[in-house]
Amino acid sequence: MTPVLDIADLDVRFPSLHAVRGISLSVAAGETHCLVGESGSGKSLSALAMMGLLPRGARRAATHIRFEDTDIARLSERQMARLRGDRMAMIFQEPMTSLNPAYTVGSQMTEVLRRHRGLRQDAAVERSAAMLTRVGISAASMRLGQFPHQLSGGLRQRVMIAMALLCEPKLLIADEPTTALDVTVQAQILRLLAELQRDLGLAVLLITHDLGVVARVAHRVSVMYAGEIVEQAPVTELFARPTHPYTRGLLASIPIPGKVRRGERLGSIRGTVPHIAPGFVGCAFRDRCDYALPSCAVAAPVRDAAADHMYRCRLDPSWRAAAA
Amino acid sequence: MTAAIEIIGLSRTFEQSGGTMAAPRHVVAVDDVSLSLRAGEALAIVGESGCGKSTLARILLGLLPPSSGSVRIDGRLLATIDRRERARLIQPVFQDPMSSLNPRRRVRDIVALPLIAAGDVGRTERQERVAAILKQVGLGPDIAERFPGQLSGGQRQRVAIARALVLRPRILICDEPTSALDVSVQAQILNLLADLRSAFELTLVFISHNLAVVEHVADAVAVMYLGRIVEHDVADAVFRSPRHPYTKALLASVLTPDPGLGLPDVSLGDDYPDPAHIPSGCRFHTRCPVAIPRCRTEPPARKAVECHLVPA
Repeated sequence: MTPVLDIADLDVRFPSLHAVRGISLSVAAGETHCLVGESGSGKSLSALAMMGLLPRGARRAATHIRFEDTDIARLSERQMARLRGDRMAMIFQEPMTSLNPAYTVGSQMTEVLRRHRGLRQDAAVERSAAMLTRVGISAASMRLGQFPHQLSGGLRQRVMIAMALLCEPKLLIADEPTTALDVTVQAQILRLLAELQRDLGLAVLLITHDLGVVARVAHRVSVMYAGEIVEQAPVTELFARPTHPYTRGLLASIPIPGKVRRGERLGSIRGTVPHIAPGFVGCAFRDRCDYALPSCAVAAPVRDAAADHMYRCRLDPSWRAAAA
Repeated sequence: MTAAIEIIGLSRTFEQSGGTMAAPRHVVAVDDVSLSLRAGEALAIVGESGCGKSTLARILLGLLPPSSGSVRIDGRLLATIDRRERARLIQPVFQDPMSSLNPRRRVRDIVALPLIAAGDVGRTERQERVAAILKQVGLGPDIAERFPGQLSGGQRQRVAIARALVLRPRILICDEPTSALDVSVQAQILNLLADLRSAFELTLVFISHNLAVVEHVADAVAVMYLGRIVEHDVADAVFRSPRHPYTKALLASVLTPDPGLGLPDVSLGDDYPDPAHIPSGCRFHTRCPVAIPRCRTEPPARKAVECHLVPA
């Protein structure tokens, strides 16, 4: 089956920063691909680059960014604008920044339908109300008349999801959709996304820093560090056999109820994420890695830990046994 | 023995003007809270946004007067301790060090400021103490000359901790100290706080929205909901056998990295009630998955677990 989204060698550069360094990934219909990384890893810029929404000063390059049958890397801005919010949609961490505070929920939702689908106002209102109900919002017609600030954080995120799905997209890119929410609400929103994905056969690219979220919702995972994908595998394989030292460090850092006793130390990764200037070579994790050798300053080879499980490190897969 | 911190019947209300059209709102942010900490104890206060945990922290820091009730530090009323002495006793660490550190000052000046304000050490000793505390929080001497904007999030939080500890206070109030940090850096800071707690014999109040984070640092946990402590117990009991339905829901919401477990059905709904309109009866009944009719009308007794369904 051809994937809905297939990215090859996506690259984003600023004059003094090489932010995204040749990432490749694909997402099939009905699949959730999680792009996980810490702040500064380039995961959000990767998403913006796919949508053609990079900030000024950024330069994008790619072998291809294939969405369905089209290489969208070759499309004009006008053609991209027609795709965005229609067949490919995006939701962000903070709905308050992407909803317009000066317009009601209803007028923002109907505008999408009038613009992309040419619906008449009454039909657009009807469809918007139906979509709000679909994402679990009761009293939909009352909500259509409200302004974003009158809604709770969880409701705002549901409105964002409803808006993104109005035109029945094939691909949904969700950038930290639950990070700003309380933990109890986060679980509900993630359940909603999973349910909608199943029902609509959506391809979802979920961007997050939270490996707990990844474990519970992903089918495939790409771990990103300093602009590169350092490990990529199906979710059960990645959590059963994390192989890159960075992935292993991240997993050890997560506080899990009942795992680490008081008085014991949590695993952590020393140091901080490096700044990657153009021309950087070698493994970007070497300064924080306990296993680094001088050769790591020269190259970080791509290896297979298993079928369909790649990682980028000089260490042989067997090192896991030695580390455990 | 007198408690290091004794909170008795503490309440705080706010009057919010509702704008030109609306009636003013009367918000009860902290509602008759009583808690007590032994010297050297670490208490975590956990709850969702809007539960009143940060208001409680600000009262403990003396930044906000309570509407009623009292706070005693080593038996003395907090309200009677003057500002300078309070600074020697109690210090804060906040969530976002970028907004709590002066961006135009070098790290060494930021950390030295509490010493200058206290005014009891000379210049040489001041420099020595700044250098020593920076070392204790894991920052090299080169960091002392930098500005906050030149540091990573984790380094900035270390500076904030150094500034809090330079006067050697006995009590540290941490309000979401790791929420703005990446997970690998969060672990560094949690480990550091655990080390410093024993090195400085600190009494610690640790405020967080995330139960998973506090297990590592807390001896006791108080779970807060709409201004009240609904469950308060030693940490092991709260994590192994939570009793209040809200505590259970918070614990169930922690997404551990276990593929295959799927997403928990927390069934609390999205809507945190408006703190200006606290529900009648048990304040949790509007979201409670096990509420019985009695919960709608009758508030539960004030006890360690405030729930009709949990025997005293």
